[in-house]
Amino acid sequence: MDLPAPDTSILARKAEIVARLRQALPGEAIIDDPAETRAYECDALSAYRCPPLAVALPRTTAEVSEVLKICHAEGVPVVPRGAGTSLAGGALPTADSVILGVARMNRVLEIDYDDRFIRVEAGRTNLSVTAAVEADGFFYAPDPSSQLACAIAGNIAMNSGGAHCLKYGVTTNNLLGVTMVMMDGTVVEIGGGHMDAGGYDLLGAICGSEGQLGVVTEAVLRILPKPEGARPVLIAFDSNEVAGACVADIIKAGVLPVAIEFMDRPCIRACEDFAHAGYPDCEALLIVEVEGSEAEIDEQLGLIRQIAGRHDPREFRESGSEEEAKKIWLGRKSAFGAMGQINDYMCLDGTIPVSSLPLVLKRIGEMSRDFGLDVANVFHAGDGNMHPLILFDANKPGDLEKCESLGAEILKLCVEVGGCLTGEHGVGIEKRDLMAVQYSGADMEAQMRLKDVFDPKWLLNPAKVFPLGVSAERRAG
Amino acid sequence: MEAGTVRISTEDELAQAVRDAAGPLRIRGGGTRDVGRPVPGAVLDVSGLSGITLYEPGALTIVAGAGTPLAEVEAALASEGQRLAFEPADWRALLGSEGTPTLGGMVAANISGPRRVQAGACRDALLGVRFVDGTGTVLKNGGRVMKNVTGYDLVKLMAGSWGTLGVLTEIGLKVLPAPESVATLILAAEGATAAVAALSAALGSPHDVTGAAFLPGEGALVRVEGFAASVQYRAGKLEGLLAPRWPVRIETDSDRNAALWQRVAGVAPFAGRAGDVWRLSVRPSDTPAVVALLAGEYILDWGGGLIWALLPEGEDPRPRLTGTGGHATLIRASAATRAAVSPFPPEAPPLAAISAGLRARFDPRGILNPGLMG
Repeated sequence: MDLPAPDTSILARKAEIVARLRQALPGEAIIDDPAETRAYECDALSAYRCPPLAVALPRTTAEVSEVLKICHAEGVPVVPRGAGTSLAGGALPTADSVILGVARMNRVLEIDYDDRFIRVEAGRTNLSVTAAVEADGFFYAPDPSSQLACAIAGNIAMNSGGAHCLKYGVTTNNLLGVTMVMMDGTVVEIGGGHMDAGGYDLLGAICGSEGQLGVVTEAVLRILPKPEGARPVLIAFDSNEVAGACVADIIKAGVLPVAIEFMDRPCIRACEDFAHAGYPDCEALLIVEVEGSEAEIDEQLGLIRQIAGRHDPREFRESGSEEEAKKIWLGRKSAFGAMGQINDYMCLDGTIPVSSLPLVLKRIGEMSRDFGLDVANVFHAGDGNMHPLILFDANKPGDLEKCESLGAEILKLCVEVGGCLTGEHGVGIEKRDLMAVQYSGADMEAQMRLKDVFDPKWLLNPAKVFPLGVSAERRAG
Repeated sequence: MEAGTVRISTEDELAQAVRDAAGPLRIRGGGTRDVGRPVPGAVLDVSGLSGITLYEPGALTIVAGAGTPLAEVEAALASEGQRLAFEPADWRALLGSEGTPTLGGMVAANISGPRRVQAGACRDALLGVRFVDGTGTVLKNGGRVMKNVTGYDLVKLMAGSWGTLGVLTEIGLKVLPAPESVATLILAAEGATAAVAALSAALGSPHDVTGAAFLPGEGALVRVEGFAASVQYRAGKLEGLLAPRWPVRIETDSDRNAALWQRVAGVAPFAGRAGDVWRLSVRPSDTPAVVALLAGEYILDWGGGLIWALLPEGEDPRPRLTGTGGHATLIRASAATRAAVSPFPPEAPPLAAISAGLRARFDPRGILNPGLMG
């Protein structure tokens, strides 16, 4: 993975740039000691590291604006950072860049239950948004698995999803407004407590733009009343094909579960060894969760049992108690931890049409054998968002490269069957060079026009999303 | 057909027509929503880009040409027990237009009906688009899968851009199961304050309300949908919650429910009436103050967050709404009024600069519905 060579004239001006930043943000808001900037050298894609020139940790929108104005004037690239949990390298710095971290901006600014929204500073973590309204019976729906740590700023940058988006949608469907600072320091307000932001759908364009259009400092998020209850079932099958067909039948029958999670044999085995959730020994299992009152849950699960029955499941396990429900989720929720125990792994994020599930799983199995690397599959089956986990050994020379090649092949397959490279993690640097598999030169050109409008000097997170060759001319200014 | 109409039947022809255009083009699908500043130029009729190209009920996905009649899509979905969850509204009676609403027109205008409060807007169901920009280049963005964060989301940018950034050719949408059963609680609430209080209470409950509207004189409407037993249960719960404050009648007949909600979606009370029709998006809790300032007839949807107002011809209510938040769009008025009063809300200077920048890059010659949005 290449990153552009740092601009040596910026490196040479480090002291001057840091001094200007310090003058604007007094106190300990600016970090430039190499021992300390190392903490910001990578995000959750930790195979790639590079300490930034400096780190700015503003406390207000006005301070964010000051930092951006200075960097804009100095021509210094800025890499916005939420909590640094990106799996795609979205917050990976370059040596000539300033990391602009919003983690200190984490206050709740307004809660309005009548209008059903919450306004927060963007550094607030995903889970603590729900925590702020939970006692009053509300929640914030998008629930990426990193929700304990990840920030709303990053959720907006990557348009994050989660396990429950089949029913509630992803970040873009739950975002009502933002306060955003443009690269030149201009502060803009888009949308707010009303449902339609008005004008062009700039909120839609900003959400998922990977920190390349502006730095979001505040967000207005839709909150929803919590359902009366929720209950999962576990359904075990003898083949991936049959499990896939069962998913399609459930959806066709008019039931809309809040989550349909799918695990294949390698994943089930690893989770079982790790978490001892008591999963059956089978080729594929589904966890299906439905919501509502007790009676409503019973009715939906009855229907799901009927549909699953037509596919001759090895087991249909209902949860009779909160304990049993937790146990059904336990293995799934520890999938990533389980994989981490066995090996280093790379988590892919392609989405496919649900109908292609059996074919894609079969081809992944074949590729896994060809490359000699194990792949475990765990994913959100209801919306086709796959998470193949490729296991490799980082200490073995050449293994990371082999893993990346296999990953690229799997993602190409996702596109080939009508899907896409990334469903919820974002492109970052990780999938940057695969963009041409999904989009033509003209398609990428059209997307880059958006950045031209918001950030004409291409200073915000510039080396991400688009293949370096494709963005070279623009980045050169 | 009027003079100066270019009819195309393929995406290539469309791209050629845009490249060949010597002047402004007025993009037309079904011609049912003449909204915005009157646009000069030749009519570019894209209704020929018609037909469903992919429908997978098990994947909740449909893809069709932008000129496909909405009715054709809805019929195909109904045959599989599915529907467009955002409940696209038919504005023909309101606008006094004829013709057939198309998928492309629906997306270009981001048409979303009462179910928007629960299922999201048209833009939320939009999975992918193909379109031709102002240089005559064919572009695609998004695709046919439900989760896709690959590159920037131009799909949403196209929704509600009224043809000013590109001409849609193909549209991919997420669909949802149609419910088995429906019930509407009709609450005897009088006035906007009571109506918004009732609707907020309903939407703040865990009972998955799929419609929350107010027709003055008829009552506040709260809809639940789903499996029969569940609908009955939730309607009962909501009755328990709301009846102590507002007398409740429950409508369970499916045809009468459909007619009732079509009245809301289509703004039927203002159809055929003299005056301009405005559409305001505000915080529901601001609605009582806003309707008082409007001082005209109104109906409410989206829990009170969407106000439809009938005002005297040529009157712009925006100056007297300064400081109330949200925004107002003039949806129905004579061409003369729409030329004199900016139909779309004015934007703050930095946002106006962004919008102008987008137009300049997607339509550098300024030929696609130029000026329609301001």
